[in-house]
Formats: sequence, structure tokens, C-alpha cells
Amino acid sequence: MIEISKLNAWFDDNHVLKDVDISVPTNGSFGLVGESGSGKSTVLRTITGLVDDWEGNILVNNKELGPKRDKTFYRLVQMVFQDPFGSLHPRHTIDRILTEPVNIHGLGNSDARVVEALNQVGLDNAFRFRYPHQLSGGQRQRVAIARALILEPKILLLDEPTSALDVSIQAEVLNLLGRLRRELGLTYVMVSHDLAVVAHMCDDIAIMNHGRIVERATATQLADGTLEHPYSQQLYKAAGGYDRAVVDSFVDWD
Amino acid sequence: MNTQTHISKPGLKNWLTSDTPQSRFQAQCGRTWLGWIKFTENKLAMVGLSIVIGLILVTIFAPILAPYDPLAADLTNRIQPPGAEHWFGTDQLGRDILSRLIYGAQYTLLIVGLVAITAAPLGLLVGTAAGFFGGWVDAVLMRITDIFLAFPKLILALAFVSALGPGIENAILAIAITAWPPYARIARAETITVRKADYIEAARLQGTSNLGLIIGHITPMCMSSLVVRVTLDMAGMILIAAGLGFLGLGAQPPMPEWGAMVSDGRQFLLEQWWVATVPGLAIFVVSLGFNLLGDGLRDVLDPRGGD
Repeated sequence: MIEISKLNAWFDDNHVLKDVDISVPTNGSFGLVGESGSGKSTVLRTITGLVDDWEGNILVNNKELGPKRDKTFYRLVQMVFQDPFGSLHPRHTIDRILTEPVNIHGLGNSDARVVEALNQVGLDNAFRFRYPHQLSGGQRQRVAIARALILEPKILLLDEPTSALDVSIQAEVLNLLGRLRRELGLTYVMVSHDLAVVAHMCDDIAIMNHGRIVERATATQLADGTLEHPYSQQLYKAAGGYDRAVVDSFVDWD
Repeated sequence: MNTQTHISKPGLKNWLTSDTPQSRFQAQCGRTWLGWIKFTENKLAMVGLSIVIGLILVTIFAPILAPYDPLAADLTNRIQPPGAEHWFGTDQLGRDILSRLIYGAQYTLLIVGLVAITAAPLGLLVGTAAGFFGGWVDAVLMRITDIFLAFPKLILALAFVSALGPGIENAILAIAITAWPPYARIARAETITVRKADYIEAARLQGTSNLGLIIGHITPMCMSSLVVRVTLDMAGMILIAAGLGFLGLGAQPPMPEWGAMVSDGRQFLLEQWWVATVPGLAIFVVSLGFNLLGDGLRDVLDPRGGD
């Protein structure tokens, strides 16, 4: 479904992605892990066209992407942002947030579609005319997922969808995402620094550091900690919680 | 759908304050109602609002309210002091000042209204476009704005009116031309703070066009500060219009524009104070009204006030 090869990207003079290769099968779930600033979110943002300065080949649904994305692309690929407090327009009601994409793409029947999308993410219809600030973090993230789903995409890019939520809500949202993938046959690319989340959600995993993929692994390998690259080992240890001896042994990999 | 809600929860107030509105219309009405409640808590803002509403009513009902013809000269009754027959006295041509005041309200309202509906959208458009696109669009638009901002408003308006020729239409045009740059600045500043926000990028990923982003997503974020600024500026616009009228560049005789009336009365200011003072007071009261209204709107609309 997604084939990325030799992807390089720059922010001004910073070379933030270096020869990234990723391949995600249809209905697959691919995880990108790494520390903050490793470029994992940039991969998603480059796919969606939010990064201007990039080189390489991105094939989505067997179609090569050019510098601009068109409407058909956005019907195929949608993204859920990390921070549900920032990704919903503070002056738009949930209803307007969900109706707008329907109108832009001329899908029609917005009323029924909004009700259905809210239903899909397990939100009561009573939330429909509220503003984002009247919702909790978990509810907001559900709205953000509903907004991504209302265009009936085949691919969902998830940029740390649970890292801004507290632990009990995280599980709810992850279960929701898992259910939606099964029910709607979606393909996921998920970015996270939480190894447990990625191990739970994804089949294949790539570990990124300083804009480069250092290792590819499967979910079992990640869960068991049988990773080969020293940086992956280090990341795995870091995920185990704070330990002075472990932290002292860390090196900066480049 | 609306009628159903009426039945299940009787009373307009319940319908308005329902926390689970059943339709877009009901939700909108409910929010307007809550905003209104908040606004009414501010007594000074209510005073401002009543002054502005009063001005509008006087404009509409001028022919009924005015006791005399505002333009009819009566030289035998020149410069009469305020009294039972002429509440605010008469001017140097024997015209009833109260009637002229009442008929003059429409010009004040016209000036304020026209300037607000031309200058505010223009400034908003320039500012949001500059902030949104950045780069050379920003540079060009903002340098033009800077040029306009570099001159004092009244001087620039004076220059425009002298170039266009005296008259109330040209005065309005000149005020509008001088009023938009601050709005462009405000709109640009607000735009820059939100243009990289996740919700703008999320909207972009929904396929929203640049124009759609500016109008549907950026503009609402600029509106509250802009509306407040416009209402606060209305007082200044009235004063500039009055100033132009006073200098003979705005409304032309015998039009009962307030600034022109002050100008006419200045020759008799020491002996017959009421000729200039009464229209001056009217300008003062209306300016104050708009100022208070703007202050109140700030409390209701300012996003930083929290809602």
C-alpha cells in the first residue's frame, strides 16, 4: 500500500531524513519508533505533503506522489495528530469539524455521515454541537479519529495518537484504533516513542535514530527485546524505566 | 426537530440552555444567549449599547422626533438660547439645533457603518493573506500597510479629502482608507500565531484550499480582537469625521452633520455657547457609547478571557 524508498528531507539546512525505506502492505500496521527528534513524525508529514523540501520516491496505492497532493490523495490517506488539544479548531463545533471534509469532497449527506462517524468512534450524539474545549482529551482524540475516518480513507497515519492522553484513556483509544483497523480494513503507519504501544499495535517495526532507520524488527522481537542494533538495545532499556546505571551507559548514536 | 425539543423540555430558556442541543440552529441560539447573558453583566457595556441603539432609533425616527425642519432658516429667530420653544436653542440662521442634531444622527451612523464594513474586511483580508502566505506577499502587503500607518490618521484623511474634493462621501472614503492598516496588523499578528497550528494543518489534510483555510479557519481566530478594535475605533472615526466637517472638508452646508455644526458655532462660542456645545456633547456621548460597547464586547469575545 505504501512504498517509500530513499526518502530524504530537509528543514532549511537540517538533514532530517536520511535514505528512509519503508514498505507497508495493505491492511498492515507499521510502527516507527525512536526518540524525540529522530524524524519519525517527519516521515508521516512528508507523506501527507506538510514537508516541502524532500527527495525520494513515495508510492501510495501504486501511485507515485509528486510535490503536491490532490483531493483524491486525501480521500485515501488521513492523519491523526499527536495532540488532541491542538488538532481541533477551538472555534468550530464538533459538528462543523466533521462536516467540513464531507463538504469539501462533495460527498453529500453530511448529517448522516457525522452521526455515523461519531458512532464509529464511540462518541454519543450529544457531543455533536459542543466545542472541543468542552471535551476531555480522550474524547477529543476520538473526534480527531472520526474526522480522519469521515473521508473513508484506506490509510491512516497515526502520529503518537496516545502520547498526550493519560494511561487509562490510552488503552481505550488503542483498542478503538485496533477495532477500526479490523472492521474497516485500514492500513496503519504509527509513530510512537512508546515501545509497548507499538509492540501492541503493529506487525512490523522500524527503529529510527537521527533521521535514519537503524533496524527493522517484528512486534515479537520488540516485545521480547531481541533487537540487534546497539541503539535499539539502548532504546529498549530506556523504555524499561529510569535506572542510573543504564542511563550512564547510553551513547549518542549517529 | 426543534419543535420536538420544545415539547420534551418546555420553555424557551431550557431550549436555549440545553447542554445537548438537537440541531445546529439550536446550538447557535444557545451560544448567542450565553454570550448575551455575559454581556448584560457588564453595566457599562449596557450603557454603551443603549447609546448606540438610541442613535439607531433616532436615525430611523428622525422625521417623527424632530420638532422643526432642520434646514428651514428663520432669520427672525437667530441664535435663541435654549428654552421651551427650542430645547437646545437655534443657530445663526435660526434653525432649531435639536432638529439638526436628530437629523445629523444618520450621518454619524452612516460614517461609522460604512467605514466599519469597508475598512474592517479590507484590513482583515490584507492581514490574514500577509500572515498566511508569508514571504514576499507578507513583505509587500505589510510595507504598504506601514506606509499608511506612518501618517497620522487625520492628516492622511485630510490629504485624501483635499485630493478627492470636499463632501461627506469623500470623507467616508478617506476615513476608510486611513482606518484599515491597524486591522491588517492585528489580523496578521493573530494569523501568524495560528497558521502553524495543528488544526490548520489538519484542515489542510482534509483537502481545504488556501482560500478556505483563510476564510474558514484563520479568520474566526482574528474576529474577536478585530471586532473589539473596530468598535473602539468607531469613536475615533466619528471624531475624524467631525474634524473633517469642522475644517469644512466633510459634510457641506446646509447638511446637519455634527462636526460641521460645531464648526459653525465656533464664531459664537463665547457669547452663545450652546450652538457649538450641544453638537459637541452629542459627539462626545456617541463616541463614549461606542467605546463602552467595545470594552464590553472585548469581555465577551476575547479568546484569552476564556469561554
